[in-house]
Amino acid sequence: MTITIKVNGAARSVDADPDTPLLYVLINDLELKGPRFGCGLAQCGSCSVLADGVEIRSCQTPISDVKQRAITTLEGLPALYAEQRKLPKAPDLHPLQQAFIDEQALHCGYCYNGQAIKGAELLSKTAMPTEAQIRDHMNGHLCRCGTYPRIMKSIQAAAAKIAKEG
Amino acid sequence: MDDAVVSPNRSADGATFLSRRGLLKGGGALVVGFALAPAAGFAQAARGVKAGPPDYHAVDTWLAIHADNTATVYTGKCELGQGNQTGLLQVAAEELDMGMHQVSTIRLDTNITPDQQATSSSSSIHRGAPALRAAAARARMELLARAAARLGVQPGSLEVRDGVVSVRGENGFRKVTYGQLLGEKPFNVKYDGTAPVKAPNEYRLVGQRPARVDIPEKVAGKYTLVQHHRAPGMLHGRVVLPRGQRGFGVGAKPVSVDETSIAHIKGAQVIRKGDFVGVVAEREWDAVKAAQALKVVWRQGEPLGDHNSVHARMRKDKTTDTLIANVGDSAGMMQKAAFVRGSSYQCPYQSHAPFAPNCALADPTGEQLVIKSPTQDVYSSRKQVSEVLGIPEEKIRVQFFEGSGTFGRSCYEDATQAAAIMATQTGKPVRVQFMRWDELGWDNYGPAHAAEVRAGVNADGDIIAYEYDGWQHGWTVTSTVSDSARTKAGVERASGSGSITVNPISTGSMYKIADRRVTSHAAPMVNYLRGAALRSPLDLSFAFASEQTVDELAVAVKMDPVAFRRRNIGDVRWLDVLDAAVKAANWAPKVMGSETQSGDVVRGRGVALGTHHVSYGAAVAEIEVNRKTGVIVTKKLYGAMDCGLTVNPALVENQMVGQMIQSVSRVLKEEVTFDDNGVTSLDWSTYQVLRFAEHPEVTPVVVQRMNEPSTGAGEEVMGATAAAIANAFFDATGVRMRQFPMTPERVLKALEGQQRT
Ligand code: FES
Ligand code: FES
Repeated sequence: MTITIKVNGAARSVDADPDTPLLYVLINDLELKGPRFGCGLAQCGSCSVLADGVEIRSCQTPISDVKQRAITTLEGLPALYAEQRKLPKAPDLHPLQQAFIDEQALHCGYCYNGQAIKGAELLSKTAMPTEAQIRDHMNGHLCRCGTYPRIMKSIQAAAAKIAKEG
Repeated sequence: MDDAVVSPNRSADGATFLSRRGLLKGGGALVVGFALAPAAGFAQAARGVKAGPPDYHAVDTWLAIHADNTATVYTGKCELGQGNQTGLLQVAAEELDMGMHQVSTIRLDTNITPDQQATSSSSSIHRGAPALRAAAARARMELLARAAARLGVQPGSLEVRDGVVSVRGENGFRKVTYGQLLGEKPFNVKYDGTAPVKAPNEYRLVGQRPARVDIPEKVAGKYTLVQHHRAPGMLHGRVVLPRGQRGFGVGAKPVSVDETSIAHIKGAQVIRKGDFVGVVAEREWDAVKAAQALKVVWRQGEPLGDHNSVHARMRKDKTTDTLIANVGDSAGMMQKAAFVRGSSYQCPYQSHAPFAPNCALADPTGEQLVIKSPTQDVYSSRKQVSEVLGIPEEKIRVQFFEGSGTFGRSCYEDATQAAAIMATQTGKPVRVQFMRWDELGWDNYGPAHAAEVRAGVNADGDIIAYEYDGWQHGWTVTSTVSDSARTKAGVERASGSGSITVNPISTGSMYKIADRRVTSHAAPMVNYLRGAALRSPLDLSFAFASEQTVDELAVAVKMDPVAFRRRNIGDVRWLDVLDAAVKAANWAPKVMGSETQSGDVVRGRGVALGTHHVSYGAAVAEIEVNRKTGVIVTKKLYGAMDCGLTVNPALVENQMVGQMIQSVSRVLKEEVTFDDNGVTSLDWSTYQVLRFAEHPEVTPVVVQRMNEPSTGAGEEVMGATAAAIANAFFDATGVRMRQFPMTPERVLKALEGQQRT
C-alpha cells in the first residue's frame, strides 16, 4: 500500500507493507546513506533517526507508526540544526559532525550515523551537557571500534562551539 | 571514491600548451613553455578491463600521473577504519614529492589493484608500504629523467616540490610538472628496489599528522559502504542457518526444507546449493521474513559441551605439542628459585562481532560476475568464490567496499559466497546481508585458550626460570557457506603458517630469562567452535596469564612492578615503551596489593607489557572494583607503542585508543557462550561489549623511531592493556583473577574465595 512519510522536510510516498520497518524504506526506497542496519533489534543505535526531534530506532519502528511525525536522518541534520537555531541557511555540517572531523574521532565510522543523531538530540535539549549526562545519554549507542573517548570529546567541543555562537 | 573503474577523462588540460606566464596549480610560479604531446590516456582506459592481478613490478600497477598534476595510488591494502589509506598515501606522496592534496586512491579491485594479500596482522604499513615506496621511488626517477631531458640538464640538478620539477638554484626559472611530463600516459617501467628512496632525515610528510582522508565523507553520510550498493533488478538475499553454530565439522546440514512455509511471502524463493540454504525476495523486509519463516530441520551432530568446561576438555584432548621456545634448563632453574609463582588460566572464545553484519552484492549480468564485498583479501575471496561456483577466477571480479571494522575473519567470505551463489542461480544481482544472529552465531571465533604458567625469581629480583604451556585449537581455512555449498567438511589449518600457536613474543620474551620453555598444545578443532584470527590473536590471553605471573614475582620479592620489569627487561625498546606509559600515568612506585582499603569500592593500578608481532606495547590501567556488586570500572588507561617508524602518529594514536577500549571490552565483558545445542550469544544483550557509559579515559603515547622499519600498529597494545587491568584488580583487591572476561559473577566468586581463606 502507498504510505506517505515526511523525511528531511519533504513528503515522500512509498509503496510498502505497513509492517515494514522504517529503516528498510529509508535505505531502499529513499536510498539514504545515513541510517543503516546493525542489529534489527533496537540494541545498537546504528539505524537511529529523529522523529519530531526525538531519537528512535528505525529498525524496530513499523512505517505505519511514523506517518505524522517529521523524520530527520543524518542527511537532514544540518537543516534541522538551522531550523532549531533559526539560522538563515543550513550549514554544510551539524557542529557535532564538524567536531567528529576536528577530533579525528572515527575508525570505520559505521556507528557514526547513530552517534551523530543521538549526540545532536542531546545538544538540542541540553546546552552544556556534563560528562555524566553524555555518558548516560549515549549509552544505547555501541561502537565496536572503541571510539567512545573521542565521541565524548566531540560532543563537548560541539557544545562549546554552539554556546560560543550564541 | 565511488566506483572503482578509473575514468580517463582527467586529461582536459593535460594536452594544453602552457605559456611562459601560465600559472601552475600546485607551484604557482612561472613555467617554461613546452609544446606537450597530447595525452592519450590509453593506459588508464585499459585499466580495469581485464582480470588481475596486474604485474606486481610494473610502476603503472601502483601509480598513475594525471594531466592536472595529481596522482592515483593503487594499493593492495584496504581501508578498514584504521586509516591505512592515509598512511599509504603519505608514503607515496613522500617518495614522489607531491602534496597530500595531490594524491588519492581507489578501493581494492581484482581487475585493478595489486595483489598484496590480506589486510591483516597490522601489515598495511609494515609489509604493504615497502613495495609502494619502491614503486614511487622508481616513478620519481623516471619522471626526473624525463624532466632532465626536457629541460636539458642533468637529473642531479633537479629538485621537486608538489610534483613540480625545477632546476636547483634557478629560483624556479625552469620548471615542468609531473602532469606535463606524463599526463595520463603509462610509465612503462618496472621497479626492482634499486631506485634511491629518501632517507628518514629527508622526510617532509612521513612522520607528520595529516588528517584521515576518509573521515569527512563518513561523517557527512556520503561515503559509500558495501551496504549502500544497489543494482537494477536486484533481489535481496538472506542466508538460512540454524541459530548458533554447533561443533566444527557438523556445519549446517539441512535434513529437510519445507519450501511451502514461505509461500505466503510475496516473491520469496528458496535458493539451495548442496547443503547451502538461502532465500531471495524483491523487497528486503520480505527476504528477512522469509529467512525467519522457512521451516528447516537441521542435522544435530554431537553435543557441544559448554563454554565453562571447554578449557578442561582441551587440556584432556589428544593434542599436537610443539616446543615454541626452549632455552636452558627451566625445570632445573625452577628448583633454584627463591620464589616460584604460577597458576592455570582460562580465556574465552570471543567474536569479531563486527558492528555491521557482513553484506555483499553480486551482479551476474555482465561479462564477469562482479561482487562488491567487505573482504580483507579480494584475491583470496575471488579464488574461494571460483571454487564454490566452479567457474574460472578470471570470470569473477571482487571489489572491496568497507562495511564496518571487522577485526579479522568475520563472516565476510560467507556473505560474499552466498551472494555469488544466489546471483548465479537467479541470474539477477543479489544483495545479501547477514542478520545479527547469523554474524554472532556463525563467526569464526578467536579460540578459547587455557594456560599453565610457572616462573621463578631469585632473591635479587631476577627472573631465572619461565615455563608457559598453552592449549587452543587451530583455525578454519574454509567458510561455512563454502563447506555447505560443496557439502564438504570444513578444513582446519592445524599447523604451519597461519595457524595459531602460542606466541613466543608475548610469553616472556621481553625479559632476560636464560632458562625458558614455551609449549603449544594444539587440540583438533573437531566439535569445538570454528576458529580464526581475531584481532591480536590470543595475545590478550597470553598476556593475561604471563604478565600476571610476572607481577606475582614482583610481589614475592616486594618490588614495585615497574622497577621489577625494568630490572628484567633485556631490550631498550621494551624499556622505552614501559617508561613512556608509566610517565604518562605519573606512576608512583609501590608493591602491588599492599594497601588495605575499606569500603565497597576499592581502587587499583596495574602495569603490563605485551605485543602481537614485532612492535612493542606497554600499558597502565587504573580501575575501581565494587566488592559488593563485582563490577569493575576502568577509569583511566595509558598506553605506549613503538612500531618503528610511525608514518602518521595521529593514526597510530587513534588506533591505540580503539585497541585499548576494545581490550577493556574483551577482558571485562566479551564471551561466546554455548551449550550442547550450539552457540547462545546471538545478539548484543547475550554477547556484551563495552558500552559508552563504561569507557575509560585513554592516553596514547607513540614512541617514534625514525630510523627503524615500520611495524604493525593495529593490535600491539591490546595484550598489555588486558593484563594491566588484571594486575590492577589484584592491586585493588589482593586477589588474582585467573579467568576472563572478569564479569561481576566471576569477581564475586573470586572475592568470596578470598574471604574464606
Ligand atoms: S539496527 Fe536498529 S538498533 Fe541496531
Ligand atoms: S567507528 Fe567502527 S563501530 Fe564505531
